[in-house]
Amino acid sequence: MKLLVLLAIVLLIIAGHQLLRIIELSRGLKKTTEWQVTSSDNDRMGKIMLVFMILFFAFFFWQAARWNERALPLASSEHGLKIDALWDANMYLVVFIFLVTNFFLFWFAYKYRGLTNTKAVFISHNNKLELAWTVIPAFALAFIIIFGLKYWNEIMSESDKADKIIVELYAKQFDWTARYAGKDGKLGETDYRQISGSNSVGMDTADVLGNDDVIVKNEFHIPIGKEIVFYMRSRDVLHSAYMPHFRAQMNCVPGMITTFKFIPNKTTMEMRKDPYVKHMMAGINKQREKFGEEPVEFDYLLLCNKICGTSHFNMQMNLIVESQTDYDAWIAKQKAFKTVAVKP
Amino acid sequence: MGSVTNSALEKEHLVHHDHVHHDDDHEESFITKYVFSQDHKTISRQFLITAVIMAVIAMTMSVIFRMQLAWPGEKFAFVNALLGDKWAKDGILDPNMYLALVTIHGTIMVFFVLTGGLSGTFSNLLIPYQVGARDMASGFLNMLSYWFFFVSSCIMLASCFIDDGPASGGWTIYPPLSAVPEAMPGSKLGMTMWLISMTIFVVSSLLGSLNYIITIFNLRAKGMTMTRLPLTIWAFLVTAILGVLSFPVLVSAVALLIMDRSFGTSFYLSDIYIGGRPLDNVGGSPILFEHLFWFLGHPEVYIVLLPALGITSEIIATNSRKPIFGYRAMIGSILAIGFLSFIVWGHHMYMTGMNPFLGSVFVFTTLLIAIPSAVKAFNYITTLWKGNLQFTPAMLFSIGLVSSFITGGVTGIILADSTLDINVHDTYFVVAHFHIVMGLSAIFGMFAGVYHWFPKLFLRMMNKKLGYVHFWTTLVFAYGTFFPQHFLGLAGVPRRYYTNSNFPMFDNLVDINEICTISAILGALAQGIFLFNFFYSMFRGEKAPQNPWNSNTLEWTTPMANIHGNWPGALPVVHRWPYDYSKPGKEKDFVPQTVPLEDGEQDGGGH
Repeated sequence: MKLLVLLAIVLLIIAGHQLLRIIELSRGLKKTTEWQVTSSDNDRMGKIMLVFMILFFAFFFWQAARWNERALPLASSEHGLKIDALWDANMYLVVFIFLVTNFFLFWFAYKYRGLTNTKAVFISHNNKLELAWTVIPAFALAFIIIFGLKYWNEIMSESDKADKIIVELYAKQFDWTARYAGKDGKLGETDYRQISGSNSVGMDTADVLGNDDVIVKNEFHIPIGKEIVFYMRSRDVLHSAYMPHFRAQMNCVPGMITTFKFIPNKTTMEMRKDPYVKHMMAGINKQREKFGEEPVEFDYLLLCNKICGTSHFNMQMNLIVESQTDYDAWIAKQKAFKTVAVKP
Repeated sequence: MGSVTNSALEKEHLVHHDHVHHDDDHEESFITKYVFSQDHKTISRQFLITAVIMAVIAMTMSVIFRMQLAWPGEKFAFVNALLGDKWAKDGILDPNMYLALVTIHGTIMVFFVLTGGLSGTFSNLLIPYQVGARDMASGFLNMLSYWFFFVSSCIMLASCFIDDGPASGGWTIYPPLSAVPEAMPGSKLGMTMWLISMTIFVVSSLLGSLNYIITIFNLRAKGMTMTRLPLTIWAFLVTAILGVLSFPVLVSAVALLIMDRSFGTSFYLSDIYIGGRPLDNVGGSPILFEHLFWFLGHPEVYIVLLPALGITSEIIATNSRKPIFGYRAMIGSILAIGFLSFIVWGHHMYMTGMNPFLGSVFVFTTLLIAIPSAVKAFNYITTLWKGNLQFTPAMLFSIGLVSSFITGGVTGIILADSTLDINVHDTYFVVAHFHIVMGLSAIFGMFAGVYHWFPKLFLRMMNKKLGYVHFWTTLVFAYGTFFPQHFLGLAGVPRRYYTNSNFPMFDNLVDINEICTISAILGALAQGIFLFNFFYSMFRGEKAPQNPWNSNTLEWTTPMANIHGNWPGALPVVHRWPYDYSKPGKEKDFVPQTVPLEDGEQDGGGH
């Protein structure tokens, strides 16, 4: 089989070579200069420029019409809604710039294509015009910077709320662990040298603050409407705690603690009833049926979004947002750290 | 090897040098002429051909991992044939090899093709030609520059054939993943080879860049003032300065990483428990590496882009038969971009745990850089305005560059905004952004340069029709590959995932990935047209005339022969700027730089 493929390739090369010789010989007879651009070339290329522009824009709108409904649903956090609004405003602006500038580019390419008696006009610069397109973008950017930084400072500021829940997200190759501060509202100290089979997040057993901490795997819960302050740690390499539905992301860095906070404003159950999400899940389940897989329901997720090794593509944890009562009931059922035996 | 002389060399001997002395009168052996050559034109060709080979390899890698992304778990005999049973058993790509391919694809494309290949080819070819010099300031260092590049390419490729596979922590090689051999197979010997290869690469880049800077400052022909330089030279100059200032920082980052890997230091490592034991390293921080890396990494983006923009400026002006619009504004924006590129690196690090206040400073500086970029884009478009456009393949690629520069550039405005970056950081939105703005723009610039200066490189013409087909297929499939990836990013798909199939939330994106992959395959095949045209025309293309594009710059005044010293007689004297196209009152629509000004004629755009 391989021999046959090889033989076919060799024959193809010989055939190509012969064909080229014929072309070369005929070219020698005609004495043409193939490389020279004629006005009919210009005419053709200019028109194709215009056709390309139309197809390019059509492709853009086709994608937007078809795939926008597969974008993440509206943010499920309070700051996330602001990000979404800012995103939309910025996106309209840049799509406008994208369309207008590409239009002029391809339109001019078409309009000024060199035909038999066209001539170029000697224009070297125009100070007014150049000033305009320096100053106008500067103003547009000032607007973008001011709004962006206003939200950025709000989002990244330290939590000033008294009533909050502290959760540590602990990353390692290739899974997540969540640790709740417990009744005292304080996370216990950690020491990576104490990591063992029964102390997977490296709790410092000498620190009593950690005794009431709650450690959970596979799935963690948070209540709606309350500020959740996340502290991120990593055991081995860089990871990134990415919770796309909440517009939340922060790297997990070995040797330091990073932080991110948000207030969830939609429970998992509310999301499952949301028409946009329902439509999206229908699309997902249709595809899953094609693959011969079970249908799924919507769930919030924590993903790893920083390359971390072989199984980076499968480092996830489920996240459930629920009412305060449900959350209280769930957390009460979890075991505190001190009740889990740790041999020093 | 005295018998290996060609007609060019003989001609050279016939030329009588009475008042110019240079050392080209002795016989050259095959080795000194084609291998260890100190001639800028030969070195340029060496860079170009090496880069073309590297590009084909990196492109093939991308096809393999794109196929994995569109059809995970499918068996491809083609993948097995290329990678063997170890890395693609039954034709299914191994997850570690996937990461390795992604890493080496990025490394080769960014450094070996778009830095070494683009600057190496065109700075070498055009700087002596366009400033009117006999050769680079130091031919010997220039030769070393290529051979260091060659050695570093060989080491990088060799690392793909070792037992544990090549480096696979992403082209940014963030520690601790890259520092701790237990973290992944690619962080063993493969990573060591990556680091050695890149250090040698930086040596090559520095030797080249210093030469470019010195040549531009010291060896300009009489009358070639800085404001009469073609924009290509301005772009190469700023590129070289950026390289000299930023690449050493990469070496220091790499040196510290080597110390951490092999000598037990803790520059980047702290509190790590891996492979069932705690490491001793305490007190270091991976964030330090990220700062050092991106202090190179961001100027690097412009090291890749500026030469392409310079090449485009020259080609668009020539083929619009019109001066470049706003020559001084173009120089100003090149300088502004060059300066700003040093104070924006933090926008790669908004989500790394870096102090958010520092993040806001970088938001400000990053968005500033949009202004000179916008000025450049607008100036290109107005250069076309009221022109007499000649659609050579080079011109088509230049227009393609402007389109991709805009299309990819506008999403940069989104990503530079730290607030908006939170949710798309490290997703396919970023992948789409930088492939379009940096990858496509720079490679389009490189293609434009090859089509335009092929006559100076190989003394022959490339085939125009094949060039047309190559351009349109490349443009269509390039956008087809990368544009849909914005929508993957909007759905929250992280980059560098071996497969998305472990997340049901991404199941409805299968068809988007298929479109990307099919476009990528067709786009890759379309490059076959270019490769054929390139190698065929090199030997059998039509003989190039003196000045095929009716261009003004000095390289078209040298004879169509590869002679040492470029000009057989005295060096040319420059009398005007390079953009006197369609100047009123002139017989022809171009006035070469060597033509003296008439009485009362103004230079530099006045008339």
